[in-house]
Amino acid sequence: MPDEVSPHPSRRTVVAGGLTVGVAVAAGTYLSAAGAETASAADATRSLSLIVNGERLKLAVDPRSSLLDTLRDEVGVTGPKKGCNQGACGACTVLLDGRRVLSCLTFAVLHDGQEVTTVEGLADGDRLHPVQQAFMDHDAFQCGFCTSGQIMSAVALLEEQPGITEDRIPEAMSGNLCRCAAYCNIRDAIASASDTMAKGR
Amino acid sequence: MEPFQYVHARSVGEAVGLLARHPGAEVIAGATDLTTLMRDGIRRPSHLIDVNGLALDEISALPDGGLRIGALCRNATDDQRIVRGFPALVEALRSGASPQIRNRATFGGNLLQRVRCPYYRQPEFACNRRDPGSGCAALDGDSSRHAILGTSGSCIAVHPSDCAVALQALDAEVVVRGPRGERRIPIDAFHRLPGRTPEREVMLRDDEIILAVELPGRASSAHSHYVKFRERASYAFALASAAVAVEVRGGTVRSARIALGGVAPKPWRARAAEHALLGRPFGKDAIDAAARAATKGAAPRPDNTYKVSLAQAVVQRALTELGGAR
Ligand SMILES: Cc1cc2nc3c(=O)[nH]c(=O)nc-3n(C[C@H](O)[C@H](O)[C@H](O)COP(=O)(O)OP(=O)(O)OC[C@H]3O[C@@H](n4cnc5c(N)ncnc54)[C@H](O)[C@@H]3O)c2cc1C
Ligand code: SF4
Ligand code: FES
Ligand code: FES
Repeated sequence: MPDEVSPHPSRRTVVAGGLTVGVAVAAGTYLSAAGAETASAADATRSLSLIVNGERLKLAVDPRSSLLDTLRDEVGVTGPKKGCNQGACGACTVLLDGRRVLSCLTFAVLHDGQEVTTVEGLADGDRLHPVQQAFMDHDAFQCGFCTSGQIMSAVALLEEQPGITEDRIPEAMSGNLCRCAAYCNIRDAIASASDTMAKGR
Repeated sequence: MEPFQYVHARSVGEAVGLLARHPGAEVIAGATDLTTLMRDGIRRPSHLIDVNGLALDEISALPDGGLRIGALCRNATDDQRIVRGFPALVEALRSGASPQIRNRATFGGNLLQRVRCPYYRQPEFACNRRDPGSGCAALDGDSSRHAILGTSGSCIAVHPSDCAVALQALDAEVVVRGPRGERRIPIDAFHRLPGRTPEREVMLRDDEIILAVELPGRASSAHSHYVKFRERASYAFALASAAVAVEVRGGTVRSARIALGGVAPKPWRARAAEHALLGRPFGKDAIDAAARAATKGAAPRPDNTYKVSLAQAVVQRALTELGGAR
């Protein structure tokens, strides 16, 4: 990748909103909400509000920053992983307004006011989400790098197609690659989470 | 990445006006292609015009039994009117990319996605499509996934869209708006063949945006099918694909549209294959003839001759499954 936006520490800015993720608080200097055409420099930071795992955050981001970089470097949630940074692996999967998307394939500025859920937002206190529990019970990972993306993708899948039959899971999960090839256990985990969730309904 | 000005457009008029005033401006929709193109320095827009707030995502019925699909409708759509009336289109959409990408990718962006030629995507290689006049690295390099139809000495890339191939077989029109108003472009005229100017990829002008895609109500559309051959069973671009729409009455073929993907720089209408079906019983003989005719005019390169038989096979499979489905 030639030139990434490098997150300068002073840009790790959460201007308002509750802080649960250990980010420095800075003054609202980036909040000049100038109309786009009147803004002086093309790369001026833009203010943006995102609801991340239920927390409303005010951020000031470089418009070039991907949603993935914003989550990892500005917000401080590192569940979404940067595997390929080009849409090929699924490690960066998050829920955007409840639907699974790749956070590396979009700019944060496009999502003002939207709701993002990462793997950090799934558990209810100490109670894991049924998909998280099933991944543990079925040993559905080896190195774990792809796991948070797999789990987010599976959570969305079971919303899209509750009760999906086991044979259709691989195709529906094909946007998430696993270099360790834990695929069979991943499929079993999702099938079992699907059963658990059906009983809970 | 080059800095750019981000603008959230509040109306189609504003978006079009911005495109007209700023020649370097570019629309952004689902962002699934443009993000990486910008990150890799292949596109360097001065302004990004975000059209996501423009309520262009609706699907509505047309008086002739057709459908109008808004440019911002996502590729994940499972609208029952498309599923029932235009099955090839949903099949094509579901065969593309991954669920996560389809949740964001839009119809407009899909038509305008850039080629996946690896030399185009890596600025260190010569590429006429990216940098006019610089040469074509694929001609001396690996052209095993490149085109066998419609190529030129300047560019041999294939168009990567599945959706656009189905739209060819369904005879779609692209509705666009520019500063001088609205116009309609038939899908067959929308994408250009490379000729000597591969950098001019589509008939859309720089100051126009896509508003919608319209599918006319045709008897053949409900009897349509899409088949895609690729290197793995999912999440891969087509090596060869076929969209077919056939109207059969009284046992004979009354009309047929056949389009190929993965083998040409634009969604390729295989007219000779259509003629091979017309007026004949929709059975094995006609299907075999159509499959053979599908690659008429093919000029494969030494490392992609396999695509000739692959394209014929995918047409045969699509027509056979369509016939069998009746
Ligand atoms: C890993 C991967 C695999 C893929 N596999 C497939 C596949 O198998 N089959 C397939 O068909 N596709 C595939 N794709 C491509 C995907 O379908 C496209 O990236 C997507 O359709 C682009 O739509 P978008 O809305 O995200 O476009 P954007 O990235 O937002 O825009 C793309 C281009 O379209 C322009 N644009 C968008 N909307 C409009 C509009 N309304 N008016 C004017 N201009 C507009 C933009 O200016 C830009 O130039 C794949 C992509 C990835 C990353
Ligand atoms: S085939 Fe076309 S896109 Fe690929 S390098 Fe040659 S000119 Fe560029
Ligand atoms: S990091 Fe986003 S898909 Fe690989
Ligand atoms: S567990 Fe290692 S990549 Fe999936």
